Amino acid sequence: MTRKTRHILPSLAALALTGCEGGQSALAPKGVDASAIAQVGWVIFIGGGLIFALVLGLTTYAMAAPPERRRWAASHGFIIAGGLIFPVVTLTALLIYGLLLTGSVGRSAEAPTLRIDVTGEQFWWRVRYQVPDGGALDAANEIHIPVGQPVELTLRTADVIHSFWVPNLAGKLDMIPGQANRFTIQAETPGTYRGQCAEYCGIQHAQMAFYVVAHPPEQFSRWLSERREPAAQPVAESVRQGQDLFMKAGCGACHTVRGTPATGNIGPDLTHIGLRHSVGAGMWPNNAGTLAAWIASSQHLKPGNKMPSFDVLSGTELRAIATYLESLK
Amino acid sequence: MRVGCGACHAIPGIQGADGIVGPSLDTFARRSLIGGVVANRPGQLVRWVREAPALAPDTGMPAMPITENEARDIAAYLYTLR
Repeated sequence: MTRKTRHILPSLAALALTGCEGGQSALAPKGVDASAIAQVGWVIFIGGGLIFALVLGLTTYAMAAPPERRRWAASHGFIIAGGLIFPVVTLTALLIYGLLLTGSVGRSAEAPTLRIDVTGEQFWWRVRYQVPDGGALDAANEIHIPVGQPVELTLRTADVIHSFWVPNLAGKLDMIPGQANRFTIQAETPGTYRGQCAEYCGIQHAQMAFYVVAHPPEQFSRWLSERREPAAQPVAESVRQGQDLFMKAGCGACHTVRGTPATGNIGPDLTHIGLRHSVGAGMWPNNAGTLAAWIASSQHLKPGNKMPSFDVLSGTELRAIATYLESLK
Repeated sequence: MRVGCGACHAIPGIQGADGIVGPSLDTFARRSLIGGVVANRPGQLVRWVREAPALAPDTGMPAMPITENEARDIAAYLYTLR
């Protein structure tokens, strides 16, 4: 083994391991559909590997064995059995197995306990929970669901084709203009799973991510009722100044903060933005610093998104607005 | 990286650190003043990365959600940028 490969092998092994444990991997299924898909994947991968090894072995044998020993490999019977019957039987069995196992992917026998509308927009995700008692709750870039219950997603797009993909929970489904695609997902384990737009949708396609947070059902009910409350009114003077500046700068023309005069509908709802995992649809961790960075330079951080860079604010103004947004929990 | 300093600050060669809101941190260890306000000394830097507004009331850099120890680690890293 050369020095170089000695260095590469452990890092490759580490890469393979992190691939399984990371927040976004089809190899670490945590949902009903993802488990079925992973199982089919492993059967094909291992089965294909075995057949490949068998073919290589037979090829070597046919080339290296003495002529009288390898004569059987040239018989009509062997060619028909190995070249015709074996692939037809194997592929038919694989087709039936695959159809049976994945036939229910994206669907659930039980009625969904929750319906959520998810709309892809360049380059973020609009989320609307259809609350069981009527009414709706708007949010963005993060989808919270109860564990162990089927949740029906209605996928739409506001502009071009996007594709909704949370590899740990389910397969992907496109969001097609003028169409509502229904898709049921069910998480088996509580956790936070990263999702990603899986259909090229424009310049910031790669930065169009989101998170799905699966809670135990009782925690989810609490979460839902808390999130339906309007934003808390600021108590601290500095946060109140931030709120005033947010309104004066015109942020409310595009953004909604429920319970305030900000009722815009062009950009993401910010009512509880302080609780989200990320800023900029999965780009940055969420804190006053990254919020300030986003406000001041969103066209630098994510060129082509619809929000202008607010680079006219002074340092104190910028900080006040970011602190206000961070306080919206 | 976990706090997202790179959203505002650029460090050449570090992926994800290409912000333009604050100054580039290239050669930070050799800089005389932090934020153009206080002397570039370790104690001041640890304080600055955690609560910049306490040292410079007009700065755009917000107080960051990190512990004292994390601030020391970040300061130690910044002093490697020579």
